[in-house]
Amino acid sequence: MLDYILRRILYAFPILLGVNLLTFTLFFMVNTPDDMARIHLGAKHVTQEAIDTWKREHGYDKPLFYNADAGGVARLSETLFVDKSLRLFLFDFGAADDGRDIAREIQTRMWPSLAIALPTFVVGLLCYLSFALLLAFFRGTALDTGGVVLCVALMSISGLFYVIAGQYLMGKLWNWFPISGYQPGWAAWPFLVMPVIVGLVAGIGDSTRFYRALFLEEIGKDYVRTARAKGLSEPRVLFRHVLGNAMIPILTGVVVVIPRLFLGSLIIESFFGIPGLGSYTIDAIQAQDFAIVRSMVFLGSVLYIIGLVLTDLSYTLVDPRVRLE
Amino acid sequence: MKPVILWSDALLLLMLAVLALTFWRLRREEALRAPWRQVMRGRMGAVSGVLLLAFAVIGLLDSLHYVERLPDTEPGQPAQYGGEVRSALDALLTPLREGVEKTYSAPFATHLYVKQAMTRADGVDVRDYPRLAHGGAHLADPASEFWPDVSRRALAGLAGGVLLWLPLWLAFGRARAGRPASPGRRAAWATLLCVMLTAGLLVALAPHYHVLGTDKVGQDVLYLSLKSIRTGLLIGTLTTLIMLPFALTLGIAAGYFGGRVDDLIQYLYTTLNSIPGVLLIAAAVLVVQVQIETHPDWFDTAAARGDARLLALCGILGLTGWTGLARLLRGEVLKLRELEFVQAARAFGVRHTRILARHLLPNVMHLVLIALVIDFSGLVLAEAVLSYVGVGVDPGMNSFGNMINGARLELAREPVVWWQLAAAFVFLFTLVLAANLFADSVREALDPRGRRR
Repeated sequence: MLDYILRRILYAFPILLGVNLLTFTLFFMVNTPDDMARIHLGAKHVTQEAIDTWKREHGYDKPLFYNADAGGVARLSETLFVDKSLRLFLFDFGAADDGRDIAREIQTRMWPSLAIALPTFVVGLLCYLSFALLLAFFRGTALDTGGVVLCVALMSISGLFYVIAGQYLMGKLWNWFPISGYQPGWAAWPFLVMPVIVGLVAGIGDSTRFYRALFLEEIGKDYVRTARAKGLSEPRVLFRHVLGNAMIPILTGVVVVIPRLFLGSLIIESFFGIPGLGSYTIDAIQAQDFAIVRSMVFLGSVLYIIGLVLTDLSYTLVDPRVRLE
Repeated sequence: MKPVILWSDALLLLMLAVLALTFWRLRREEALRAPWRQVMRGRMGAVSGVLLLAFAVIGLLDSLHYVERLPDTEPGQPAQYGGEVRSALDALLTPLREGVEKTYSAPFATHLYVKQAMTRADGVDVRDYPRLAHGGAHLADPASEFWPDVSRRALAGLAGGVLLWLPLWLAFGRARAGRPASPGRRAAWATLLCVMLTAGLLVALAPHYHVLGTDKVGQDVLYLSLKSIRTGLLIGTLTTLIMLPFALTLGIAAGYFGGRVDDLIQYLYTTLNSIPGVLLIAAAVLVVQVQIETHPDWFDTAAARGDARLLALCGILGLTGWTGLARLLRGEVLKLRELEFVQAARAFGVRHTRILARHLLPNVMHLVLIALVIDFSGLVLAEAVLSYVGVGVDPGMNSFGNMINGARLELAREPVVWWQLAAAFVFLFTLVLAANLFADSVREALDPRGRRR
């Protein structure tokens, strides 16, 4: 088991290296630091001097991969690739274009993100699974058909409309919650309810339909017929046998996203003014702050790989046949 | 007038040509036609198919671009052309395009939505709602003439729609010997009737009223909505066109060859998958954006620049989106290559390329088709979100994302401006719902036992 986890962690390095090479290619080779300086300095005709000053101030004045001016190991280490890309492995994200430390920003901003993403995820999973079980229980009836049609209709609505409609109805028309904003500590809760509700509703169609399909596939199998034949009640068949056996495909989709909950949701956070990582990312994208985008890409990949390992571990919990070696 | 072929138009035409050719080649293959017949025989498939076709016609009309010839300044000079690229749809919608008001006006309004200072006929300065320059401008007294005029035009439009539909139905639609009535056929013709009635209504009313109101700068919302359709369709189709070669070659190669090749390809898609989707797209789009900004001399018109960015977006979505299908194909090929017919082909010494092309590719084609139709709706929706994030299509381009983005604060206004959001909602919802239902029917017909999202 420990062996397995160690191996997976070692396997993560080539993947993260690949991710870094990819972002490095995009941000430093396709777009040279000169281009970046030109974008930030704004004016159409900036002098080369101004560009060089900007590059020196922001630490972009080294060569990409090979520093011919330095001697010894420094030839390889005094380069942009080591400075900007490999340092991410130490979770040393450096400073954003406005000079603030990215690592510190991430540490303070992940809590608001988590405060929204975690309840949305947990409540959502419970709701979607129950709806799907309900539809599977009433399979073939008008309730099932109506439910599926409703799911497809809900799936066909852009996520933006859920947010806009939610803010209009709950914030403006009925005046239940403040439309946007955030406060630290326990005072945050009135600001959290609406984003969570909107996030929940936005996911209903897609997830319920997916889980229903999973359950229906399990229901067609032989062990379900056996369970019914030995006289078990339908709810017991559904909850114990079908749900239990559908756990593997459910976990495959679910566990991967758990670590990523830290990153928050771009749309929800920016619409509701939550100072989390999602709105941080979207601000960085709009301000073309590549240092932040690179850091978030790296962080997202790390969290994804953790999610993959967790998925494998979770299989051992629900399925005694799975052994990790 | 001089036709202009933008890159996206060229790709779209190419895609249509390939589709037409495939249909022509395969029209006699009963086994390949059967599933499609099944799609159109079902009620869902028929209705959504006809709706998608209607959207496709609008999108196609909007893809025939041209530039207007400027009036000759001096005789004998070479012809001069305007800088604005228009499409056949623009030409059809000229009254809508040119009927620009000052600012917001409600659907079917005859007066502006905001008060303005103006001088009455008797010389007194007042603040009141001024009459619109185009919407209902032909009415002398809107208060009394509005309803009779609207109902007369609406009736004429509906009648026109029926008149257009009836001969078609009489010629092709009625059940006859050798062409039995099926629920799908009936539903398809009913949907076509609805489409024609809507079209008739719009043709009769839209030149004289702003049927869906006007936006902040006074543009007709119906015009904006119709123009947005092309962008959505292009993103939904071109992206898969770009993604397909990668997914096919890499997925099938990984499954068939195994070993090192498999390891490498798996590494490739795990790496791509590990990056959060929006971030990867954002990173790539930012790079393209900087390239476009720093090289303004690459594009001669604004339309060409917007088009380049749209194509870049499709390319990026395609390059990041092949992983799912590739993984699916790899799994399927892993199963297929152990089957007898592949083993036999190998034993006969058939070359790898030939086995791949003749024996494996046709057997995974149904997965590819299903992925194509399923991805479509997701991509259309993704455009809206990406445009909101700021990494979507060019801000000057008509798209549902830009429409929603521009209108998202309008519900917070007092009084509420709802029509632009409502229009974007209805159009986007209809398009995506039709695509989703069609995808369901196709999946049902091609892969009845499959379970995929």
